[in-house]
Amino acid sequence: MVPRILVLRAAGSNCDQETKFAFDFSGGLADLVHVNRLLSGEVKLQDYQILAIPGGFTYGDDISAGKILANELKYKLADALLEFHGAGKLIIGICNGFQVLVKAGLLPGVDFQADQSITLTHNDSGKFEDRWVYLKINDSPCVFTRDMPDKVYYPVAHAEGKFVPENEGVLESLKENKQIVFQYSAMDDSIIEYPSNPNGSVENIAGICDPTGRVLGMMPHPERHIDPTNNPLWTRNGLSKEGDGVAIFRNAIMYFR
Amino acid sequence: MITRIELATKPEFYDADGHSTLAGVRDLGINSVEKVYSFQVTYLLGDIGEEDKILIAQNLLADAVTQDLAIDANISFPESPDAWSVEITFNRGVTDLVAQTTLKGISDLGIDGVQNTKTARRYEFIGDLSESEKKRITEKLLMNKVVEHVLQPGSTVFFPALETQFKLVHVPIMHADDDELIRISKSRDLFLNLEEMQTIQSHFKSLDREPTDIELEMLAQTWSEHCSHKTLTGLIEFNGERIDNLLKQTIFRITSELDLPWCVSVFKDNAGIIEFDDEFNVCFKVETHNHPSAMEPYGGANTGIGGVIRDPLGTGLGAKPIINTDIFCFGPADMPHSELPKGVLHPKRVMQGVVAGVRDYGNRMGIPTSNGSIFFDERYLGNPLVYCGNVGLIPADKCEKTVVPGDYIIVVGGRTGRDGIHGATASSGELHTESEGTWSGAVQIGNPIVEKKVVDTLMQARDRDLYRAITDCGAGGLSSAIGELAETTGAEIELEKVPLKYRGLTYMEIWISEAQERMVIFVPPEKVDEALELFASEDVEATVIGRTTDDKKIRLRYNNQAVGELGMDFLHDGMPRIIRQAVWQAPKIAKSAFNEPNDLTPFLHKILSAPNVCSKEWVIRQYDHEVQAGSVLKPLVGEATDGPGDASITRPRLDSYKAIVLSNGLNPKYGLIDPYWMAASAIDEAIRNIIAVGGSLEETALLDNFCWGNTDKPDRLGSLVRAAQACYDMAQVFSTPFISGKDSLNNEFKTEDGESIAIPPTLLISAISIMEDARKAVSMDLKQPGNLLYIVGLTKNEMGGSHYYEMHKASDPAVPTVDAESALRIFTAVSEATSAGLIRACHDCSEGGIGVAIAEMAFAGGYGAEISLQKIPKTDDVIRNDISLFSESNSRFIVEVAPDAKIAFEEKMENVPFAAIGRVMDDKNLVVFGLDENIIIKENITNLKESWQKTLRWS
Repeated sequence: MVPRILVLRAAGSNCDQETKFAFDFSGGLADLVHVNRLLSGEVKLQDYQILAIPGGFTYGDDISAGKILANELKYKLADALLEFHGAGKLIIGICNGFQVLVKAGLLPGVDFQADQSITLTHNDSGKFEDRWVYLKINDSPCVFTRDMPDKVYYPVAHAEGKFVPENEGVLESLKENKQIVFQYSAMDDSIIEYPSNPNGSVENIAGICDPTGRVLGMMPHPERHIDPTNNPLWTRNGLSKEGDGVAIFRNAIMYFR
Repeated sequence: MITRIELATKPEFYDADGHSTLAGVRDLGINSVEKVYSFQVTYLLGDIGEEDKILIAQNLLADAVTQDLAIDANISFPESPDAWSVEITFNRGVTDLVAQTTLKGISDLGIDGVQNTKTARRYEFIGDLSESEKKRITEKLLMNKVVEHVLQPGSTVFFPALETQFKLVHVPIMHADDDELIRISKSRDLFLNLEEMQTIQSHFKSLDREPTDIELEMLAQTWSEHCSHKTLTGLIEFNGERIDNLLKQTIFRITSELDLPWCVSVFKDNAGIIEFDDEFNVCFKVETHNHPSAMEPYGGANTGIGGVIRDPLGTGLGAKPIINTDIFCFGPADMPHSELPKGVLHPKRVMQGVVAGVRDYGNRMGIPTSNGSIFFDERYLGNPLVYCGNVGLIPADKCEKTVVPGDYIIVVGGRTGRDGIHGATASSGELHTESEGTWSGAVQIGNPIVEKKVVDTLMQARDRDLYRAITDCGAGGLSSAIGELAETTGAEIELEKVPLKYRGLTYMEIWISEAQERMVIFVPPEKVDEALELFASEDVEATVIGRTTDDKKIRLRYNNQAVGELGMDFLHDGMPRIIRQAVWQAPKIAKSAFNEPNDLTPFLHKILSAPNVCSKEWVIRQYDHEVQAGSVLKPLVGEATDGPGDASITRPRLDSYKAIVLSNGLNPKYGLIDPYWMAASAIDEAIRNIIAVGGSLEETALLDNFCWGNTDKPDRLGSLVRAAQACYDMAQVFSTPFISGKDSLNNEFKTEDGESIAIPPTLLISAISIMEDARKAVSMDLKQPGNLLYIVGLTKNEMGGSHYYEMHKASDPAVPTVDAESALRIFTAVSEATSAGLIRACHDCSEGGIGVAIAEMAFAGGYGAEISLQKIPKTDDVIRNDISLFSESNSRFIVEVAPDAKIAFEEKMENVPFAAIGRVMDDKNLVVFGLDENIIIKENITNLKESWQKTLRWS
């Protein structure tokens, strides 16, 4: 079957169209759906197989990044989301979407009752930064990164992307459950410091999944590296067959094939 | 009841705001502060139970992991008892974006009873500070008194709305003498001259009544320099010759003479439109927002970019905004505070504020900022220039509006407040030392999320054909928007229907307010319901405020009472034409003589680190240049993605390789010597940047933005006339039409001593080009050791305005000229070579000439290079190494070619001046051999890069 993807929009979402393109390009059928239409019941989450929360500045990132949309999910759509996840379906949050997943209670595990144990906070540089980063892909249950190479090249563009666990215990349990999917890395084996780690994330963490591997949150933007001409090094190294980002979306589609 | 909730970063986490504030304190030269703590404060008005307070604090405001919170108390750190604490909040009536969102967040939690919220920032400074240091930190770093104030403990947080009684105001002018007319114009900030006031007087005499205040205001706004461009479309006596409408004689004329089939709509809508592909066209507009940015850099730049995005959105039936550009001119960022004229913000602060303003608006709109530049000069101290541009993508069948009687007029988006009253008229006057305080009404704060929602919903409404015409509310607000859009029909407006931010606006303020994020659409009666429903579905406010009519009159009512009525003919065609004097004389400049230094390496370092040449990475990184996912050639390129790209390339459609190339040209240093060649050089620079990345002249269009001093003064206007003439001459040879433009005159600053500082004549040329296949793009970084290096173009001895001469404090009456016919051949040859895949890297020679170009190519590519100046094509008077290396002659490129493409490349260059000058090296050294093969530069590229990067490597 061709899975249907709900790309969730809200006031201030802005990577929705390229996220839809990435899914469509990879063989899915994506719809842009405003959160109001979910809240009103006009659109049903259960009619979809994949929920994608794209990047942007939902509600201006006022108060803190993704907080308002996160509370809308947590206080108004929790039952639908639990049912969706429980049915074995997939959720991905990119950049602002990752911030939403963390603050809503969908990561590090799907639990709306738990106290928030990780966060994404202001970059150490104190400002928004746009740069391309190398990412190491770890062995994890994540279904979005199956059979991917060890290293990929994606851009980050955020002001609040510093991954911080509440304490060592939280970090240890992420490691134990193999939930750390992406870590900031470098082209070679050099020591990872700023700007290779663009925001000061603890243990260079760039993306995590829930213990089932079916919820993925990540700060870097795979949907911005679908075409080989997106790669800033293409004028030096030539055009590759496809952008490094395609595999993430294709894996999501293939999961339902 | 007021509740105060305070948040702070827990001590074990990094307080980014505190750290950047501390850096700012040190920038002020104050070194006694050891640490700064920052606190976010939220005030809630209303009766709220204790549990709800905790819920709001914990589940909405605070980050559970990184933040501490306190309710109705201050958070205390160990040093707090000895710290100096200061709390800053917004002034009355200034938009507080976070407060608005907080209200929504509280209601999402299911809590009611909160009537209003307000945010504040508190800081604690650890260290000994004198009262005067505290005052400096407060005023120069923490706040701008135009929009913010210090909140003293116990002072009012929530102000009741101002109430005003309706009172229809007539202004008696029918029997006024000339002095009285001038007095009325001045006291009402109308900026109308005597002749214009007299024209208005006789018009109302013929109607046998006095005008109301709203009628006068509407005339002043429509006739303002900002909205009517009366100087450049008026009569100019230039060196004894009469020019009837300078724009029509130069800029518009060449476009109409060229008559290119791909120009879809030029100089008539909010932005110029050219063809893109079979389904889509693109439009491009660049605006300035100088005066607001001088007063409040963040808000000024914020609304500058917000405003220019609404231009493509208001073009045709609405274009989707897809790329932003920004070009700034500031005073020197390293200027000592003691040398700053009174009433002027420090240039570094202006720059930081402007960059943050563009960043926060552009990024939140989800529009990549892909091209720009920054220029520093002391004469921009009182008048920084902020150019913001936006490119939009529009379906080919949505490029025309239809205005018919009987349609409903709907205002969409932001609410109307007292912000930005008199922006259009005020921008037509000089700034002065009092500006900081007196013109606070002209300052606006943007709300990008409202604008984003407006774009999202308007695109849907457009595709469902729900409206027939659209325009933006910019300068002059509803008055200008509806006055212009309904010019051919007339309109009837009920002003009390306009949604307001707060009560207390008069009918006149509602009409001329320049509140942001508003668009006006004309909707057919049968589609009104569907349109209103669509906007409501995504929480966008849309309100019917009137209808179009068929009597060519604008009729304004407030609660059923007529408050104004003007004929469209008088409003738009009644203005008396201006006659201005203009002269231009070449300034007397001597050619200096100085000995040629043996080693030019230190000079290369110095030019690379000059503020106008150095890396702008600090700025560029803060802009999202990847969003929308179509970025092909980015502003930063090369091995470490930090080299200076020549132009940006963007694919607006993700399923196609057709692309948009954007570049700009600006060189005010030449303008003081000869504005004609300044303009010619700017055009050459913009075009050669396009050629350098693999674009072509095939479908390349230009935009002009003139920022000048007070053009009432004949010498200032004369230099503008000369620049405009160059625009015509160059565009004719290159077949590059102008499709849109804008001017901002009166950029002068009056100091306390009454001296007027004018900006240098500043013409920004923006170029847009359509590229068939983005995969033919070339970047400027060196690619492969062993590859050959060529120069294309002629090097001349024309050092006026050059960086090298400036460094020697030397002068030269000769500025870089453009041999347009030769340039055309060069551009064509280079673009044919790139399109044939013969070029591996290409960089234009501009500021700092060959020396800077090759150095940038080398360190961006991570490879060394060896070149010799001996064979470069040059004029006979170029006999020195330093002139050869640093001449800024136009129409030149440094090109890298693989050995196997040598013959094919040289064949392409047959009819243009070119020479093989060296090769790419495997080591990290740049070596330049001089005219007699002696080494004049030898330096490691890492060191050169460091010089280039260190100047603006700000935290």
